[in-house]
Amino acid sequence: MTKKENFLKGIFKENPLFVALLGMCPSLAVTTSVENALGMTIAVIFVLVLSNFIISLIMSNEKLAKLVRPVRIPVYIVVIATLVTVVEMLMHAYLISLYKSLGIFIPLIVVNCIILGRAEAFAADNKPVDSIIDGLGMAVGFGVAIVIVSVFREFLGTGLLTIWGDLQINLNFIFDFLRISPVGMFTQPAGAFISLGFILAIIAAVAAKRQEKQEKQAKEVKANV
Amino acid sequence: MSDFIAIAFSAFILQNIILTQFLGICPFIGVSTKRSSALGMGFAVIFVMLISSSVTWLLYHHVLVRFEITYLRTIVFILVIAALVQMVETFLKKVSPSLYKALGIYLPLITTNCAILGVAVLNISNEYNFGQMLVYTTFIGLGFLFVIYIFSMMREKLDRAPVPKAFKGAPIALIVAAILAIIFTRFGGLIEWIS
Repeated sequence: MTKKENFLKGIFKENPLFVALLGMCPSLAVTTSVENALGMTIAVIFVLVLSNFIISLIMSNEKLAKLVRPVRIPVYIVVIATLVTVVEMLMHAYLISLYKSLGIFIPLIVVNCIILGRAEAFAADNKPVDSIIDGLGMAVGFGVAIVIVSVFREFLGTGLLTIWGDLQINLNFIFDFLRISPVGMFTQPAGAFISLGFILAIIAAVAAKRQEKQEKQAKEVKANV
Repeated sequence: MSDFIAIAFSAFILQNIILTQFLGICPFIGVSTKRSSALGMGFAVIFVMLISSSVTWLLYHHVLVRFEITYLRTIVFILVIAALVQMVETFLKKVSPSLYKALGIYLPLITTNCAILGVAVLNISNEYNFGQMLVYTTFIGLGFLFVIYIFSMMREKLDRAPVPKAFKGAPIALIVAAILAIIFTRFGGLIEWIS
């Protein structure tokens, strides 16, 4: 597997949210605005890249790995929890409004299955550099997924897209053109479930179409032979 | 007393842990395909949540605050919860094999259930005293059990429903959950009506 494939697999083939259905809680809770989704993405990138790096450093040292292996899950959890605490403090210091709107979901990055999952499935038996690339790919894949959900929700719910702070895109003219008003429900909890449900269904439909096409092509190739 | 009732009602319905706070979605989607497993998971969550919330509350207020190391909250809480789940599992296996049989397979899943850590952190950030914490935790747990049980009954019916192919599995489950969420958020009107 080349480095590029390693990076891209997190975004498309093994996307943590859309394909593996990991990390559902934050992806439903923080997608009320694009800004929150981006903030969550930054936090997850920081934690996942560093945790993958540190864990693969520990596990690629033979002596240390032998010592750690029987108690590896608690060790992973301590590493991840430390990094999450660092993120929490940094956000509290520099991004106070984001810290308030993400709230409880910053400490809850600790129990985000994506991070522990990558530590166990990839970082534990791969080289540090590859682990960093894998972590970056997975975190960006997760970020892309939650940004898609948040664009869907914020646009349908308010007609606005809050990118960062005061930077806001007003798309209400689309609603005006169609002579309807935004559906407030999409910014509420119910909207989160509906949006994610429809997005997952669209992805499943596209995947099924693609598979059908491939099977057809394979059949044609066989017939020609 | 009215204080306790308000906390209980809002924990059970208005701030329902699954449908409005989005904690514990993984078991909600994953373990709700059968009624019996939904019940088992629900009771296991109540059980572990009560123990872990009490322990973390006591630790936070009597150790972390006293030694001014509250910034270690996340690390201490997750380690305490992971250790507690292990202990509860071994303890149950020894003391009550029948209870272990009923809850046993759900216990390891609970360590990574964000509802447990989430409630432990919420108890601290809402600044509850010990009594309020107990009421809040109990009713959050009961709310979890209630919703996951209702949802599992719906999913048993969904299995036999003619759902479009792309919606099979998780997507239709999420859309059903959305309808439940609408119902639960509308209960807010009940409080306004009473007062």
